[in-house]
Amino acid sequence: MNDDVPFPAPNEGDLSALERGAEWLKGEGESTDVVFSSRVRLARNLANTRFAIKATKADRQQTLDTCRDCIMKAGLDVSLAWADLHTMNPLDRSMLVERHLISKPHSKGRGTNQADDPRGVALSAPDERLAIMVNEEDHLRIQCIRSGLALSQAWRDADTVDDKLEAQLDYAFSPRLGYLTACPTNVGTGLRMGVMLHLPGLRLTGEIEKVKRAADGMSLVVRGFYGEGSEAVGDLFQISNQTTLGRSEGEVLRMLELEIIPKVVEYERVSRRELLAKRRVGLEDQVWRAWGELTHARLLTTDEAMRALSLVQLGVVTGLIRPRTPSAPGPTLTARLLHMLLLFIQPAHLQRVVGREINQEQRRVARATFLRSRLMGLAEDR
Amino acid sequence: MKCDHCDRDATVHEVTMRNGVRIEKHLCDQCAAQRGVTVQPNAPINELLKQFMTQGITPGIQVVPQSRQSACPTCKLTFAEFKQQGMLGCPDCYRAFEGQLLPLLERAQEGGQEHAGKRPRRMTMSGSLTPAPQPVLAAPKTPPALPSADRERVLATMRKALESAVAQEKYELAAKIRDQIKGVEDGAIPLVPATRPPTQGGTP
Repeated sequence: MNDDVPFPAPNEGDLSALERGAEWLKGEGESTDVVFSSRVRLARNLANTRFAIKATKADRQQTLDTCRDCIMKAGLDVSLAWADLHTMNPLDRSMLVERHLISKPHSKGRGTNQADDPRGVALSAPDERLAIMVNEEDHLRIQCIRSGLALSQAWRDADTVDDKLEAQLDYAFSPRLGYLTACPTNVGTGLRMGVMLHLPGLRLTGEIEKVKRAADGMSLVVRGFYGEGSEAVGDLFQISNQTTLGRSEGEVLRMLELEIIPKVVEYERVSRRELLAKRRVGLEDQVWRAWGELTHARLLTTDEAMRALSLVQLGVVTGLIRPRTPSAPGPTLTARLLHMLLLFIQPAHLQRVVGREINQEQRRVARATFLRSRLMGLAEDR
Repeated sequence: MKCDHCDRDATVHEVTMRNGVRIEKHLCDQCAAQRGVTVQPNAPINELLKQFMTQGITPGIQVVPQSRQSACPTCKLTFAEFKQQGMLGCPDCYRAFEGQLLPLLERAQEGGQEHAGKRPRRMTMSGSLTPAPQPVLAAPKTPPALPSADRERVLATMRKALESAVAQEKYELAAKIRDQIKGVEDGAIPLVPATRPPTQGGTP
């Protein structure tokens, strides 16, 4: 173990620019005590154009050029930045994954399993609410994210972008099967609509399994922090629709936003109240232990840090951990700060904080040092 | 519940319909694994779909052997390749493999057979599929008089009524509702709006 990793003072200007984006971490809007963010993704493909597994590199380049030109000239009501992913350095690509702006497979070149597969992403700057991936599994993947429970807004955003792109591009569409996608599990609306939820109460009371089973019975899927196949680390769960054929976007939206998600949110709040009423000391112990870990540990993995941040967040929203009133202007312990830390402890962001590439072992040191420097002294122990 | 083959608790439950006969299997993890029945909780749907396909047979559906050699005329993808990778080669694959895909889709999409939702305003038919003139499988014989979204809504209401009848133990009523749902799904019971809604323009 190398325990003398230099930890340069992070470039604050650079970091504050990174903090400004990341819509999903803002902690603004409805039900933000439980709902981090709302996300809508539309899968679209060009007519008469091969999907990834049967396309040549020249086909892929042509698709990329066509889509990029169309996106950048579509007159979208946002300021867009374009990034070619096949030429981008891997650390920057990982940062986009950590910011949930591209998928992990897109970062790696999912379509052809080749790192030089021509692909890119258009991002709305600086809010990062919109990301349009080109040459992922499908030719186009339009993603709109909003902070808090705001699926209607996210859907309106995505729908508008889709309309503007469709005015210039011929989509592969069948009146019977809808939007045709590379994987038949997305055919129809091509829609994935869901929310990222923080459910520590349901995990601690053991009720989370019931939510998973109930979701399963309603054609919904519960996934972890980084989507398909990932673990629900840090008590963060994504709930989204599973099927795309036979139900309209409006039906999925109504079901999620008006019925399912408010119920899960309420269920989580009830669990938290129950924990406070019946297991207060146990809960206090857990959240303060987590605080101790974050402010005193010398080595932290991403998972350890995420778990502790989740519990501290629970402590803050339940009032068990009180932010110290700052005597001088400076950071206060808020949900937003904890959300940002959640992002900055991820491997690529952490390397940006440190200012150079470091290995896994060095990252554990840097992560613990970074969290200590940001959190120490911000809470009041009554 | 105990495993069908040993004394351990059954954790895998499989229900299949063969020639109208309901076959139930209750297995523990080990026996399930020995018999090649694998269940991954909350598995991504495309993985499940792939699993069904690589097993060759989905319950109640025979995969037509000669179709394995057929290839999409546009991109030359064979159905065997699709089964391996779970991805199609081009939009035309949907037409090329319609016969094999529709039952899989219906299963993966939990009964969804027809698109309900947004349509491109400007639809060029080049490269896009048109409705098959003779649907191979699972399409209603007579087209429903209601738009499919409305039809789905009616069906959803009927399914709710069915659930509530079962919950109240009104089994005779539940059986009637079940038959009606089946009739509507098969197209044997056409749904006609009481008063015809104004024709929707703009979408071909």
